[in-house]
Amino acid sequence: MSSNIGSLAMDSSLSVRLVKSLTKYFNIFKVSLVERLAYRADFLLGTFLRLLPLVTTLLLWKAVYANKDEISGYTYRQVVAYLLLVHVSRMFSSMPGLASGIARDVRDGNLKRYLVQPLDLISYLLAYRMAHKVAYIITSIPLYSVIFFLCRDFFDAPPDPCWFCLYATALLMSFILGFAFEASLGMLGFWFLEISSFLYLVNTVNFFVSGHFLPLDLLDPWVAGILKVLPMQFMAYFPAALIMGKAGDWNDVVWGLGIEAAWCLGFLAMARGAYALGLRRYGGYGG
Amino acid sequence: MIDPPIISAKELSRHYRVAEKSPGLMGSLRALWGGRNRVIVAVDNVSFSIQPGEIVGFLGPNGAGKTTTLKMLSGLIYPSSGTAEVLGYVPWERADPFRRQFALVMGQKNQLWWDLPASDSFELHREIYSLPKDRFRRVMGELVELFGVAKLLRQPVRELSLGERMKMELIACLLHEPRVLMLDEPTIGLDVVAQQTIQRCLREYNQSKKATILLTSHYMRDVEALCQRVLVITNGKLVHDGPLAGIVQRFGAYKQVRLQFAGEAIPPGLRLPDSATVMGSVVDLSVSRDMVSETISGILEQFPVTDLTVSDPPLEEVVARYFQESASGAGA
Repeated sequence: MSSNIGSLAMDSSLSVRLVKSLTKYFNIFKVSLVERLAYRADFLLGTFLRLLPLVTTLLLWKAVYANKDEISGYTYRQVVAYLLLVHVSRMFSSMPGLASGIARDVRDGNLKRYLVQPLDLISYLLAYRMAHKVAYIITSIPLYSVIFFLCRDFFDAPPDPCWFCLYATALLMSFILGFAFEASLGMLGFWFLEISSFLYLVNTVNFFVSGHFLPLDLLDPWVAGILKVLPMQFMAYFPAALIMGKAGDWNDVVWGLGIEAAWCLGFLAMARGAYALGLRRYGGYGG
Repeated sequence: MIDPPIISAKELSRHYRVAEKSPGLMGSLRALWGGRNRVIVAVDNVSFSIQPGEIVGFLGPNGAGKTTTLKMLSGLIYPSSGTAEVLGYVPWERADPFRRQFALVMGQKNQLWWDLPASDSFELHREIYSLPKDRFRRVMGELVELFGVAKLLRQPVRELSLGERMKMELIACLLHEPRVLMLDEPTIGLDVVAQQTIQRCLREYNQSKKATILLTSHYMRDVEALCQRVLVITNGKLVHDGPLAGIVQRFGAYKQVRLQFAGEAIPPGLRLPDSATVMGSVVDLSVSRDMVSETISGILEQFPVTDLTVSDPPLEEVVARYFQESASGAGA
């Protein structure tokens, strides 16, 4: 009996702590959002500049399709739609400066801020990145709306609303996966003094293997098969293919979302593990 | 009854492994195929305890191990061996209740967001420490008044002067009213006025909140103004734990005597030791305490002295001698 009361009290204290912790990070999210919205003009210009190379890419694809109606199940219209949708995926999953920022904080000693205050580095960065993404997406919506409206003829009829729910789920998880993936890379800063060249290499490879450059289905089936096992495809290809109906039927998509969730958990665990191990090596130099 | 110590360190040690590289291009190339590593003992079996409400100065030459000890006590780094407790917690376990009662000021980019006004950083601080709004406003009001920075709150931090930034850093550290405050060189690079302001504010905070303060500083005036007790560390070893006066008594066994003679130069026939310095008709002498009256009366009897001062040697000089002697003793 007494042990039951004890465990109830412990549950209650745990839930109070959890609520307090969530409230704290939600408030950090709010403050960060205010700070991030100060950079809205930069976000708008950044979005515009990111979309500019799309014009040349589309001309290239027009040349590729000059004598063909379809390549590996994709028409020219569908490739254009895919490339536009991939931009939406990357809007959620890209984390510019996250890994290099963590490595810099480790190298320069600025990590101490997270160690002496009642803060968890990974939760804090997640709240901050959420604020960054919300500010970025809010700022970019008008521009994307205009572009999607102008390019409406490239898209097929909207799918069932349920697919939009799955699409939203895939995008939200691509945010978590992109965050956890970059955070894990950033933890390498505990072991190496400079990781910028490594990050450049990873980002370059990621551009290709995530399906940012072209739909993975256009590659040789065995290459596509390998790339579809890797987590990177969930950061660009999978959400876009899902909403275009190219990721299989309902069961295939739900299975894909399950794998995406597993990758999210795996990379979050990796980031946490690397952080804990890294702190053992941390010398707190600088700053 | 004596309170239990609020900070205690027992046989605390920290070793670093550092890569050694020969100078020049060849050295860099050789280092590519596995350089040599050397183990540095930054802190070596240090033990001490601090009672609640004490202000303790941590002294030592550069590289002595002061900052490394502070980093261990604040939970930034793990020790190689030994144990420590601060506020009843093991610091490097970084329990939230510990971090809510403690603050560390190390360098000038701890708490503040560079591109935002300090008040925005304080607001974020409130969220991080989950401080109730009423308490936050009251404490912030008190601290802003104490440090005299009301007009600077809405100015981006990057536009503040070094002294103003340091004051803001200290306010950010004190907003959650820590019971233990650790400061690493809090007045480095500041002018005398800013140094004195910070000394005064720290003293008032210590007295009003009964807070415990552990600080390192190369400015002996900070230590003299604030610390009843000092810990001296050289080559990673603790070599003194006690009042500052103890060092002065032990190593200040001489007085400084300044004599001004009539005329443009010192009188002929005055015999001076090699350590004396002469500028025109002014002479500075270091004289053993028990020889001061005899030396002065001898000079006064024979030579025309127009002015005379006797003082203790500067604290910096005393402490520097102590460091040198302790280092040679520790290294022996």
